[in-house]
Amino acid sequence: MKKKILALVLAIAMIAALCVGLAACNKDNLDGIKIGLICLHDENSTYDKNFIDAMYQAVDEMGMKREQLVIKKNIPEGSECYDAAVDLAEDGCNIIFADSFGHEDHMIRAAKEYPNVQFCHATGTKAHTENLANFHNAFASIYEGRYLAGIVAGYRLKEMIENQQITADQAKLGYVGAWAYAEVKSGYTSFYLGAKSVCPSVTMDVTFTNSWYDPTAEQNGAVKLMERGCKVISQHADSMGAPNACQSANPKVPNVTYNVSTKAECADTYLVGSKINWAPYYKYIVDCVANGVAIDKDWTGTLATGSVQLLEYGNGVSQAAKDAVAAAEAKLKDGTLKVFDCSKFTVNGDHLTSYMADVNSDANFEKDTQVIENGIFKESAFRSAPYFDIDIDGITLLS
Amino acid sequence: MTNVLKKLKFESPIHISKRTDIPKWKTWLIRGVAVLVALLLCGIISSILSPGSFGSFLEQMFKGCFSTPRRAINLFEETALLLCISLAVTPAFKMKFWNIGAEGQVLMGALLCATCMKYFGGKVDDGLLIVIMLLFSVVGGATWATIPAIFKAKWNTNETLFTLMMNYIAMGLIACVIAIWVPNNSGTVGVLPFGNFPKIGKYPYILNIIIVAILTALVFVYLRFSKHGYELSVVGESVNTAKYIGINVKKVIIRTMILSGALCGIAGWLIVGGASHTVSTEVAGGRGFTAILISWLAHFNPIGMSFTAFLVAFLSQGSSQAASVLDFGGSFPKIITGMFFFIVIASEFFVGYKIKFKLRKRETSKTDSPSADCESEENACGGSDDDGIGVVIAESQSEEEIVLNSTETVPPPQRTSESIQDKEEVEA
Repeated sequence: MKKKILALVLAIAMIAALCVGLAACNKDNLDGIKIGLICLHDENSTYDKNFIDAMYQAVDEMGMKREQLVIKKNIPEGSECYDAAVDLAEDGCNIIFADSFGHEDHMIRAAKEYPNVQFCHATGTKAHTENLANFHNAFASIYEGRYLAGIVAGYRLKEMIENQQITADQAKLGYVGAWAYAEVKSGYTSFYLGAKSVCPSVTMDVTFTNSWYDPTAEQNGAVKLMERGCKVISQHADSMGAPNACQSANPKVPNVTYNVSTKAECADTYLVGSKINWAPYYKYIVDCVANGVAIDKDWTGTLATGSVQLLEYGNGVSQAAKDAVAAAEAKLKDGTLKVFDCSKFTVNGDHLTSYMADVNSDANFEKDTQVIENGIFKESAFRSAPYFDIDIDGITLLS
Repeated sequence: MTNVLKKLKFESPIHISKRTDIPKWKTWLIRGVAVLVALLLCGIISSILSPGSFGSFLEQMFKGCFSTPRRAINLFEETALLLCISLAVTPAFKMKFWNIGAEGQVLMGALLCATCMKYFGGKVDDGLLIVIMLLFSVVGGATWATIPAIFKAKWNTNETLFTLMMNYIAMGLIACVIAIWVPNNSGTVGVLPFGNFPKIGKYPYILNIIIVAILTALVFVYLRFSKHGYELSVVGESVNTAKYIGINVKKVIIRTMILSGALCGIAGWLIVGGASHTVSTEVAGGRGFTAILISWLAHFNPIGMSFTAFLVAFLSQGSSQAASVLDFGGSFPKIITGMFFFIVIASEFFVGYKIKFKLRKRETSKTDSPSADCESEENACGGSDDDGIGVVIAESQSEEEIVLNSTETVPPPQRTSESIQDKEEVEA
């Protein structure tokens, strides 16, 4: 009898211990997490600031300590990235995240040396073909956000036409792009399509700076576009060059931003902006590592995951524009609206029915995957990083 | 008023004289003190940004460089790259040929190195490929240096502007090549898989360090003991003397610049083959310009340059680590490095020159409070001269006076209470 009671007591004690252990598990696991963030530039770049801010947000919201985060700024896309990554790994980080496209190969080098550390890389293209268990890519369907921002820009043009400030054929957008690369092309095309959905006569001029971060070139690009008669300017480059050019122009020109709101600095010209919120992805990878679950090789954030966001509205945005955005957002979420619906745009006068894209990176840049299905260009479906690189009618490339 | 003007004319309170007989230990003491003062000031800046961080700033400076073997190797590798380019610019500088095109010459070396990796990679043995890469890099760097040298030798063009412009052409060339190589316009070449230097032991970059150590010894011998080294310093001292003793000046200029460019090419080879395995317009990372500073600070002495290069690498790596741990902005390391060099370069002024504060006669400023300042300054400055700070108070003006050339890279002499007061009097 005594033995039975003892056995029972022991069993209860063990179960209790297990329960306590499980309850404490999540917090304990998070205590063992250390994240390293590698940034191409520093907080002066709107692009990197977006990653840094989201990281702080994620760390705070998960109740992690700031000491569990190490940020390395101004890391170029060369051996410095590899050095930073292995240094973070040796420093005890179990998750290392790099934010720039050119970091990818150097992250892969580091990932091969530290198989127990998870290496995550934004905007990269190689994780799904590289097949390393600890190297992952992530991106978001930012083309949806840009489409919504395009609606706001289109509404502004529409209002200008209605107020007879411009004629319908003067409705022209300007776009300062970094590189003539799929990520940028996908962005400005979706922005244009958003505007076109509310202002059918719109056209767009695009200029490239051939650099991700070059404040002077971005400013000059914006000025050039304004001189060419562009009525609203947007950009996909990482500095304040274009927003500042719009604010200091005479007359001032409305601006649609990327990644950060410039409402405070450019109150007269800021319309709206879109951004990728990386906090959901950060939380996801921390959760995976804490619970020993494998991280997706190629993760795509969406409007639904909270990864794609429209920034606050500027001062002069009409209620009609806001309503149109809300309606489109609902449709994008439930799948009834597709940004790259081939019936909505033409290429050399024709609607596309098929297109081979370079989804799997290789040395020869071979176009390897059919990406149009049922009249829809399936962006970010075969890998997270964009591959829409088609020049559509209505958009003029300047350089 | 006339009294004041008279005073200004005949009794300038600050006298700067050139030092000719300063002992070597004293110059090193001045530099050592400058380094310490600079570190201290950087620590103070850190404490201003984040109160109480003085100690942890200094700790992180050292931790960032020495706490793991990899950090130490990274430090020495960066030192090696900086040193290699400093060695490259030095022979030209000794010849008074102001080659500020090292950045472009390194980039050309890097570009040709990457070209070999791309087109010969996988077709020849990796060992042979690395040798081919070296040859091409040397040719790339040397060509980029020889073009301005020929123009200088034949038509006496301004080499400073010429070499500077060549930097931008090199960057433009790389951008063009990348546009051809990467048709999807991402602007990123990515890691080239062949022709990467082998690892020695567990860590990368050790081969880079060894190669630069050998180069340092070779350049030292070349400059100090070879006939070529002698000839180029004669050309630097006086072209007419060189001509008189039968040196072919044009030949020396072109020959030295070929050497300078070749060494830059080797640096490009080390960066691409030994570290980055890729090429971009940023691959030289401004080292071509930093190297000029290093070479000057070490007075063109290769052994001195290895110390200054080490100091630069230490500062940059250490302050980056401190900025990362203390959560400072991305500009912090740049501020620290800038501050540091400002002070170290300022210390060179005290190595080269003596400042004398001439005391006015007591009766002229009996009741003025500045006289008390003078007194205290006399004590302070008099004492500091013994420490090698190089400021003395002298009653009379006996030594040779020199007029500072405004183009010289020395900071303005310290304003004293007297000079300020004088100025105020004139303004009044």
